[in-house]
Amino acid sequence: MPVISEKLDQFFDAKMKEYPTKRSFLVPMLLYTQDEIGYLTDEAIAHIAAKTDLTELEVRNVISYYSMLHKRPMGKYHVQVCTNISCMLRGGEELLERCKERLGIGNKEVTADGTFSLEEVECIGACSWAPAVQVNYDFHENLTPDAMGVLLDSYSKRTGR
Amino acid sequence: MADLVSHPDEVRIVSQRFGKGAADIDRHLELDGYKAVRKALEMKPEDIINEVKASNLRGRGGAGFPTGMKWSFVPKESAKPKYILVNGDESEPGTCKDRLILEHDPHSVIEGVIIAGLAVGAKVGYIYIRGEYRYLVDIMRKALADAYAKGFLGKNILGSGKDFDAYWHTGAGAYEVGEESALMESLEGKRGIPRIRPPFPAVVGLWGGPTVINNVESIAAVPHIILMGGQKFADYGPPKNGGTRLFCLSGHIVKPGVYELPLGYPLKKMIYDVGGGIPNGRKLKAVVPGGSSTFILTAEESEQMNMDFDSFSKRGEFLGSGGVVIVDDQTCMVKFALRIMKFYQHESCGWCIPCREGTDWLKKTLTRFHNGGGLKKDIDNIKYLAQNMLGRTFCPLGDAAAIPTMSIVDKWRSEFEAHLEGRPCPFEPEGSVKELPVLA
Repeated sequence: MPVISEKLDQFFDAKMKEYPTKRSFLVPMLLYTQDEIGYLTDEAIAHIAAKTDLTELEVRNVISYYSMLHKRPMGKYHVQVCTNISCMLRGGEELLERCKERLGIGNKEVTADGTFSLEEVECIGACSWAPAVQVNYDFHENLTPDAMGVLLDSYSKRTGR
Repeated sequence: MADLVSHPDEVRIVSQRFGKGAADIDRHLELDGYKAVRKALEMKPEDIINEVKASNLRGRGGAGFPTGMKWSFVPKESAKPKYILVNGDESEPGTCKDRLILEHDPHSVIEGVIIAGLAVGAKVGYIYIRGEYRYLVDIMRKALADAYAKGFLGKNILGSGKDFDAYWHTGAGAYEVGEESALMESLEGKRGIPRIRPPFPAVVGLWGGPTVINNVESIAAVPHIILMGGQKFADYGPPKNGGTRLFCLSGHIVKPGVYELPLGYPLKKMIYDVGGGIPNGRKLKAVVPGGSSTFILTAEESEQMNMDFDSFSKRGEFLGSGGVVIVDDQTCMVKFALRIMKFYQHESCGWCIPCREGTDWLKKTLTRFHNGGGLKKDIDNIKYLAQNMLGRTFCPLGDAAAIPTMSIVDKWRSEFEAHLEGRPCPFEPEGSVKELPVLA
């Protein structure tokens, strides 16, 4: 079975032609691979290393630098709460606390059913609409702890749990 | 999606198409889109550079380097290909303006890249957008595809006989990649470790070729400068500080939002008139003038400041990135310093020892201090550690961590003293600081 879909592989092949070196598209390739298969598995790392003419170690070195890249499964909904200054001043830490209580997990942990994971993140560029969180790639802004609870409920319902 | 705001004092140049559906190329064309590219195609490269020089446009990422001068450093003849690189790795705490440009007017960025390419003789441009901004990557992908379909990009653009390609790229979570040399490393598929300079990117940049690196807002201003003329843009701001910029008001402010105001706009007016003042009947304590890497102003200082690069540089300080964070009098400045340091410690790449060790040591000391375990000697030691990062690193992340810390120690020393001898933070509700202090 292929590690990533043929469609994604072809997308990578096309994008790689836009650069003079084979490894240039590596960082987006890792992120898009993670988006498709959930996290960066050993098989995915080997596949990408072969594609870019790098050693697996070189690929792992790059992965460890970028905070969005994961080598273990995260929840189906990865809840990222910003607590940097603009969000902190408007209640970001309270949102994080509400998430911990509501989900029963700590920072960088995953719920037992795999639905949610939680991460305290640095500035996500939503300062004027603080406090803000990202669930996967979706921004949710101007939140209160109660609105945070409602938001988590709405994601729970999507999975029927 | 982020809400838009407005104020009568705004001068809408870069933001003139916000909220008008201009991410759609046909709508963009109705709103004078790509006229600047047509005009630039008729101009000599040196005339484009001179127009940008005349505009007094200075880098909107935060450093404020004159854009036209940066372009003029690119050698005319080069054995290696030249490149344009747009820095959309917006992640300076307090800054959320490039996001709006990429969302509402992605074609202005593409236009700017093409014009920069014509000016310096580059045939390829890359638009790097931070990984968290995936919806903006998708908007940019569509905008680029539409621009190719209309013949604004690719071979023989607009029948001019000139070729230009522009591509999108994305990161995967790293503040430091917003620094220009780390940005190039990341685009080359590596860890975002900074490069030593000189040589500067204008001479040796991406894959060794001469490279112009501009912030999203700087590059988006370029088509407007070409259409209105550099002098007209310059006239909106004070001398040597051309035009307008997007100021992001956040924190303890009644009307947070991104406002486009002329450079040199009085900070006091920005806070109380544009931003509507401090909520909940509280008073102003501090202002972060341009992202967390800048010297933090007291309320008194903020009343005298005008928001242009030179008003700050003559004090030895920085205007920064446009991220204006307002802090009220109920905020603990020790906690504020700690949160800033926690950020820099998290984002330090570890390449330079003063930054790697300094940010970690400072985070530990500030944590202990805020939790009531502070010693009197810590106060001077915090400042000493910060000073020893200044100017001792390849990239400015070490400086960025040091600067706000030093200014908080200098200006709010009494708040540090109020935490001494096991006393709980005076700004926290009783019993809320749980961790016991650990003395180093």
